[in-house]
Amino acid sequence: MADEQAFLEYVQAGGQVETGDWLPDDYRAKLIKFIEMHGNSELMGVLPEREWILRAPTLQRKLALTAKVQDEVGHSQLIYRVVEDLGKPREQCLADLISGKSKFHNVFHYPTKTWGDIGVIAWLVDAAAIISQKALLKCSYAPYARIMKKICWEESFHILHGRDVILAMVTGTPAQFELVQEALDRWWGPLMQFHGNPIPPEDDPMFQWRIKSQGNEEARQQFLDGYVPQIWELGLTVPDPKLRKRDDGVWEYTEPDWDELKHVVTGHGPRTADRLAFRARFLEQEQWVRDVVLAA
Amino acid sequence: MIWEVFRQDRKGQPFEHGGSVEAPDAEFAEAWAREQYGRRGESVALWLVPRGAVHVVDEWADEFDLKYRRVDGYSIKARLKEARERAAAGPR
Repeated sequence: MADEQAFLEYVQAGGQVETGDWLPDDYRAKLIKFIEMHGNSELMGVLPEREWILRAPTLQRKLALTAKVQDEVGHSQLIYRVVEDLGKPREQCLADLISGKSKFHNVFHYPTKTWGDIGVIAWLVDAAAIISQKALLKCSYAPYARIMKKICWEESFHILHGRDVILAMVTGTPAQFELVQEALDRWWGPLMQFHGNPIPPEDDPMFQWRIKSQGNEEARQQFLDGYVPQIWELGLTVPDPKLRKRDDGVWEYTEPDWDELKHVVTGHGPRTADRLAFRARFLEQEQWVRDVVLAA
Repeated sequence: MIWEVFRQDRKGQPFEHGGSVEAPDAEFAEAWAREQYGRRGESVALWLVPRGAVHVVDEWADEFDLKYRRVDGYSIKARLKEARERAAAGPR
């Protein structure tokens, strides 16, 4: 199968490939870009949550949040391993992350103002992420699809943990309920942008190569269908007056702010610079650990 | 050094490839693989194999068309139909 057209037909028919197989250059480049951004997102995604480990309201919550952070860093290690096997070393991935050359998901560029944000992140941001990640179980690149099994399994704990945090707050005092509502108001915009603009799957190269197995809008509809009813049943308000499910089952909503999405992921989010500086500082500070281990 | 990680869900189940870890020796590989693949009790055993030790076989020649060894070498539909018709037509 040393021909790009045959390869394309093979993956479009549901075929999967392994590291040692012949891969078209464009496929390899797209895979690296996509998987690397996923790895970056796992690594950067722990920073908003890390900010709340010391401020978690109970010991139980502190332990759970710490475990979640460990899971996400573990995911980034697994994912960077897959990128390394495709030809890009982890050091290079980290250098490109810090210099702003590569990207990470929009939702990890925002501040976490209250414990309500932590609940919304663990419940709804992880829910949005698991929808994308479940679709990656069918990725044409098999080593990536395999680690996704473990990642999805762990994400399901995170969603439950997030839902538990939210339920504790909405059944608490009116002030606690309000913290959740305010956090939802802050996160709704970024959540609606999360799955990307509604580019038709036929025009999306990531779908063409079957790196992704579903289109952006399909993922967003799945998110709305799964989670809006769960938000509503708690008495919370989704801050979008246009949001409704049509009789044909399709959700209508206010057009997400695509300019904001672009602005944020190109390195101009409210916390982008701080978090990258944090990552850079720790990478430098922990260089000695890598030196010692690699010299072992 | 890359170590391939194979994990077993339950005793008696096959070992499945889970992913890989990078580690300078087996001790470090074990420490990291335990964290990545076992900290919630999801694996009862792991096999850690240096990538270079994996001998891959992925070419399968079939020069002699040995289909008689496989189920797709036997197309019985037409014969079965004929046999049933003959049987229905009564004793020979």
